[in-house]
Amino acid sequence: MREQTSFRVFRWLVLIPLGLFTVMPLYVMVTSALKPLRDVQGAFEWWPSNLTISPFVDIWSTVPLAQYFVNSLIVTTAATVFSVLIAVFASYALSRYTFRGGRLFSGVVLSTQMFPGVLFLLPLFLVFVNIDKSLGFTAVYQTRLGLIITYLTFTLPFSIWMLTSYFNGIPRDLDESARVDGASAIGALIRIVLPSARPGVIAVAVYAFMTAWGEILFASQLTDSASRTLSIGLQSYATETNVYWNQVMAAALVVSAPIVAGFLLLQRYLVAGLTAGAVK
Amino acid sequence: MSVTLPQRPARQLRLGRSQRKAPVPAPRKWLTWRRWTPYLLILPAIVLELLIHVIPMVVGIWMSFVELTQFFIANWGEAPFAGLGNYRVALDFSGALGEQLLRSFGLTLGFTLLVVGISFAFGMSAALALQRFGRGRGLLRTLFLVPYALPAYAGIVTWKFVLQRDNGLLNELLTALHITGEPTFWLIGNNAFVSLVIVSVWQQWPFAFLMTMAGMQVIPEDVYEASAIDGAGTWQQIRYITLGMMRPMNATLLLLLFLWTFREFNTPFVLFGATPPESANLMTMHIYNSSFITWNFGLGSAMSVLLMLFLILVAGLWALWNRKVNRDA
Repeated sequence: MREQTSFRVFRWLVLIPLGLFTVMPLYVMVTSALKPLRDVQGAFEWWPSNLTISPFVDIWSTVPLAQYFVNSLIVTTAATVFSVLIAVFASYALSRYTFRGGRLFSGVVLSTQMFPGVLFLLPLFLVFVNIDKSLGFTAVYQTRLGLIITYLTFTLPFSIWMLTSYFNGIPRDLDESARVDGASAIGALIRIVLPSARPGVIAVAVYAFMTAWGEILFASQLTDSASRTLSIGLQSYATETNVYWNQVMAAALVVSAPIVAGFLLLQRYLVAGLTAGAVK
Repeated sequence: MSVTLPQRPARQLRLGRSQRKAPVPAPRKWLTWRRWTPYLLILPAIVLELLIHVIPMVVGIWMSFVELTQFFIANWGEAPFAGLGNYRVALDFSGALGEQLLRSFGLTLGFTLLVVGISFAFGMSAALALQRFGRGRGLLRTLFLVPYALPAYAGIVTWKFVLQRDNGLLNELLTALHITGEPTFWLIGNNAFVSLVIVSVWQQWPFAFLMTMAGMQVIPEDVYEASAIDGAGTWQQIRYITLGMMRPMNATLLLLLFLWTFREFNTPFVLFGATPPESANLMTMHIYNSSFITWNFGLGSAMSVLLMLFLILVAGLWALWNRKVNRDA
């Protein structure tokens, strides 16, 4: 199809500035992580004059980054696995059965997604403090378990929502014929529906992992020095006298790399899963 | 729960069959497995939803009606009932706290409209520009999505470095291009608001891009071909076909962006720390600080409830408007 010249001009007027806007901070992140400390304290250098990889070594000793990493990994993985597991059954029910309360449930799930996190943070904080007080020991307040519970407040509704729309896209005939052949509901779900929904399940899991990995609000109040996650721990590179900007950038790069790599690898599934609900 | 579930169907099915064999017809239908399956499948989700959403929400609403100051946080049973007191304080716009809330609300509204508008314009333009782009399309698409994939704090902390007065890239760039002489403070005063908008747009627009791009892909190619035969130019096609057919999807996208941006917390928190400059004190940040610095959870909850009511109002008005548009169309 022929395109008007003005459109071709428009195309480059859009793509070049947006490309620069997107790349600029990423460039700063990568190059600054390769500079010694004194080079990130003076005026910004476009190209590192003294290349070094020492920030990538130092980040582990300046702050207990490995511990933050482990905490993030445990909390995020637990929240992801738990919400996907529960969402698989719930979404199957919502997608394949009409039952009283089903619409109400979907409504509640959808509406909780739009409420601000702080609305849940205050009561959860209060409840956690008082649970621990009545138990006599710290079980949920500022522990990894507590953080996992709060992370379910956003991973679960999202997983149910996305998986339901994914299951809706899988022809009912598939599992119904299995049911006719004598499979139970669970059997049909596990042997027929889940294998065909594998891309959807992967997309949901990756997305849940991504959001939990980057969560800040809950982690800022519901973790202590032992349970601190990366999102809050990264701020410890700034002391009162000094900010180790090269290490901040190196650490940001290290904690982002697995997420970005996962996203790019599974991009096709993720994009399909994320947009499925909105386009239909 | 996943352990007990698979064992149940067999037992229940047998029960169903034996009933059918019974000489008296009229099986007690409410006992059949088929009827209870969805409830059993959804039970874990319902229990969890009650625990993490419904109960905290009820507790949150209760909290907004009691005097929950620092003395009562670890001792909530004894917090005195405050009636509408917390709401009265929050909405008394002549008082200091009410005035702060009103200012924060106005600021958040302005911030949200700007960020949503710019992000949508960026996303839509990029999606249009990449439509039928040919080689390099996948690469650019991937690049544009990187800020979206990046954990929020990693992106924002990088921007914080970019925006530093003495060693940041932005001031270096502005001086090199002779736009400004003196290095500017980007993270304090009124400039903080500008920085907040820029960083939020950087994070938000890829989502708008992702959605609009997906929306464009479902428009069948022959609609464009037919219009080309009728002599439509590229701009006419964009205006009447692309934008026209995407209107329902765009309406949903704008609502989602609005609801998400209005409760933005990460960007101000990472850019400015716990106490942002006044020009960047967004609603969620304001509630967070009123709760965790002064430890007045009652007032904080009242403000959270007000914020929730506002978002419900926006979504409700949107739904009404959307229904009217669809009926007229």
